Amino acid sequence: MATGVAAWLPFARAAAIGWMPVANCPMPIAPRDNSKKQDELIILNVSGRRFQTWRTTLDRYPDTLLGSSEKDFFYNEETKEYFFDRDPDAFRSILNFYRTGKLHYPRHECISAYDEELTFFGIIPEIIGDCCYEEYKDRKRENLERLQDDQEENMDLKMPNMNFRETMWRAFENPHTSTMALVFYYVTGFFIAVSVITNVVETVPCGATANQKDMPCGERYTVAFFCMDTACVMIFTVEYLLRLFAAPSRYRFMRSVMSIIDVVAILPYYIGLVMTNNEDVSGAFVTLRVFRVFRIFKFSRHSQGLRILGYTLKSCASELGFLLFSLTMAIIIFATVMFYAEKGSSSSKFTSIPASFWYTIVTMTTLGYGDMVPKTIAGKIFGSICSLSGVLVIALPVPVIVSNFSRIYHQNQRADKRRAQKKARLTRIRIAKSGSANAFLQSKRNGLLNELLELTGTEEDEQKLTQKSISLLESQHHHLLHCLEKTTAHEFVDEQIYEQNCLETALQTYPSRSPSVSSHDSSTRTCCSRKRKRNVPLPNTSLPTTHSTHQGPLQELSAIHIQCGDPLSHTASRSNLNLKTDESSRINCKSGRITTAIISLPTPPALTPDGDGLHRPPQRRPPQPPSHPPPLSIQTTTSSAGANIVKVSAL
Amino acid sequence: MLNAIWETEGLQTVGIVVLVFASIKLLHLLGLISFSEDSVEDELELSAVRHRPEGLEQLEAQTRFSRKELQILYRGFKNECPSGVVNEDTFKDIYSQFFPQGDASTYAHFLFNAFDTDHNGSVSFEDFVMGLSILLRGTVQEKLNWAFNLYDINKDGYITKEEMLDIMKAIYDMMGKCTYPVLKEETPRQHVEVFFQKMDKNKDGVVTIDEFIDCCQNDENIMRSMHLFENVL
Repeated sequence: MATGVAAWLPFARAAAIGWMPVANCPMPIAPRDNSKKQDELIILNVSGRRFQTWRTTLDRYPDTLLGSSEKDFFYNEETKEYFFDRDPDAFRSILNFYRTGKLHYPRHECISAYDEELTFFGIIPEIIGDCCYEEYKDRKRENLERLQDDQEENMDLKMPNMNFRETMWRAFENPHTSTMALVFYYVTGFFIAVSVITNVVETVPCGATANQKDMPCGERYTVAFFCMDTACVMIFTVEYLLRLFAAPSRYRFMRSVMSIIDVVAILPYYIGLVMTNNEDVSGAFVTLRVFRVFRIFKFSRHSQGLRILGYTLKSCASELGFLLFSLTMAIIIFATVMFYAEKGSSSSKFTSIPASFWYTIVTMTTLGYGDMVPKTIAGKIFGSICSLSGVLVIALPVPVIVSNFSRIYHQNQRADKRRAQKKARLTRIRIAKSGSANAFLQSKRNGLLNELLELTGTEEDEQKLTQKSISLLESQHHHLLHCLEKTTAHEFVDEQIYEQNCLETALQTYPSRSPSVSSHDSSTRTCCSRKRKRNVPLPNTSLPTTHSTHQGPLQELSAIHIQCGDPLSHTASRSNLNLKTDESSRINCKSGRITTAIISLPTPPALTPDGDGLHRPPQRRPPQPPSHPPPLSIQTTTSSAGANIVKVSAL
Repeated sequence: MLNAIWETEGLQTVGIVVLVFASIKLLHLLGLISFSEDSVEDELELSAVRHRPEGLEQLEAQTRFSRKELQILYRGFKNECPSGVVNEDTFKDIYSQFFPQGDASTYAHFLFNAFDTDHNGSVSFEDFVMGLSILLRGTVQEKLNWAFNLYDINKDGYITKEEMLDIMKAIYDMMGKCTYPVLKEETPRQHVEVFFQKMDKNKDGVVTIDEFIDCCQNDENIMRSMHLFENVL
């Protein structure tokens, strides 16, 4: 029973008295309504905005949060109201649902936010009223497509271990993934173009020889064209076979449109090879050569616009069908009329109704060749009506197709834009997020440094290091992470360092430089540059082994004072950071700023603790806008004391 | 020879005539010409009927409901029908929602007529509340009166067999198809016979109000069931 009409139930029950005199048997006893409490007002406090409604209004839908006893969890005893820490704007539509029985979707609301609210309050989105349902579904579909796009992107990026076949398939589908794929892509594109041009030039008359009339070039230079054709077909065949081999699902690949086009493009050649001997079917063979033009469709792999066009046409199939149908109807009508109108006139070209079809088509599409013209007055009148209506009939479905195309095209453009922005976005987000990850590691350093500094007794350092006060939440979180480390006897490392570890195990690397260079007294700029190079890749891994030896860490704990000159302009390209240039050293040095960087060495057990770690060439440096805090592996605290000194402590 | 000319000329004339008519129709469609004078009225739409009930005090006086009850009733009423009146279609709609299995529209039609005491085609809040007052708070006499009014479709003071049959069919329609035991064609008719046997004392084929009230007051079952819904509100 629709709960919206619950208010009328007393009326329906009362009206049942009309049945009583008619009934032959006694009636059942009515249920007693024991909860005779008066209808009371409930206050719902949603993030400060108070909504009030009757209790019975909420009770209409007992399977939602507000209608059931679940709302008691949110009851605030002191203020005697139900408090929800949610969006008050979205709550409006939810409360209106209880009041009116219809759920509306506000257009300005974000679809995921709205969905979340609905889920929270236990309302299924399917009951959105008809007025808003379409809009809701459209937005939801767009959102889903966007999520799918993102997922596909992610899938592309992670897959470190693919076998050869998968790599090949990926190279085929996204040529930008590797150089080989790109080369292959361009080569095939070139050969498609060559093949198409060959087909075209083949038919151009090449100039007469002495005794014969103009021959098309194809017949004159048969061998040359044949060679060209062979080459192209070979390339296409190889490509097709490679794709077939690499395809994850061969059956599905063979059924796909592109592969059918491929096959159709190369088949005539092979059929031609087989059939050259047989003169009878050479006519059919000539026809087959027409199919060579399908090679031009192979370009659709190279052009996104073509693909979109194809997809649009497919999705507008019904509009196209309607266009075709209405055109056909109009053609038949007008052809009939014209035929009968022109029947009387002598020497009329309108010999039959099908013959008039040609006239009608040419007129309706406003071509007007003029090979068939009406001569009678009636014919002319109807002819003009025909051309006017032709314009209308064609103009009507076309905007639908155009708008479809436009929508799909823009969707694609948006997807591309999103992909382009995605990298930068993710990097920025990662930088922001890694602050928290490194906070833990830094706090560990802080703890260790504090111990060490107690030993060395440098007060100044100690002050600087303990400047950063950690909130209770953070400290609890760090304790948790620490417990995990202790449980698993493994430690957290920075992402960069992890990758470099992996890389190192792959390539045994650089000549190791003794860490003594890193000792605290070197303070030249070149030192800085080297140090900077070292600093960045140096991960924030801890050194469980070095804790035991006092001297080790002490020695490696080197506070490197680096003099910074004038801050360099930020135009130094990031890619040069890998080079040992002086400029690179200054990127993070800003005048008037002291940065205390805590860096620690990696300790991959396979390598000597000091050497190689220092000279791992930084494979990747995150883009650092100079005004932002320095790279990930370096936590810095700025303090205003002193000037132009970058203090880098390497642990 | 002549025929050929006439053929052509004939076709031309036909063509021109057709053309003229088509253009006139097109202009008419486009709204540039109007043939009849009353086409303008189509633009004026009947504004929605709105109705405001009498004051709370008057209703309190006229019915046997307290203020609070009237408030609750009105809120429910207005929520379902924001315009303040119920027309027959809405009424049928609402009533049918309580009987999803069968077809309650016929009975709702009779009910509507019973509530619509001033017969103006719509049930306002006053009608609604008066009816309810009788049904829930009225004396047995009043209730029986109301029931008689319901059965007497043409309001002539007599219940004929045909009227009763209509009512009976409407009630059985509400049951729908899936009943146990299976509903047969003559079930309503048989029920009407039973009813008339009980009620029609002088066997004249109609039941008057006095016969009806008399008979009902002597029937225990009916008397008991009259008090069934007293605590509905």
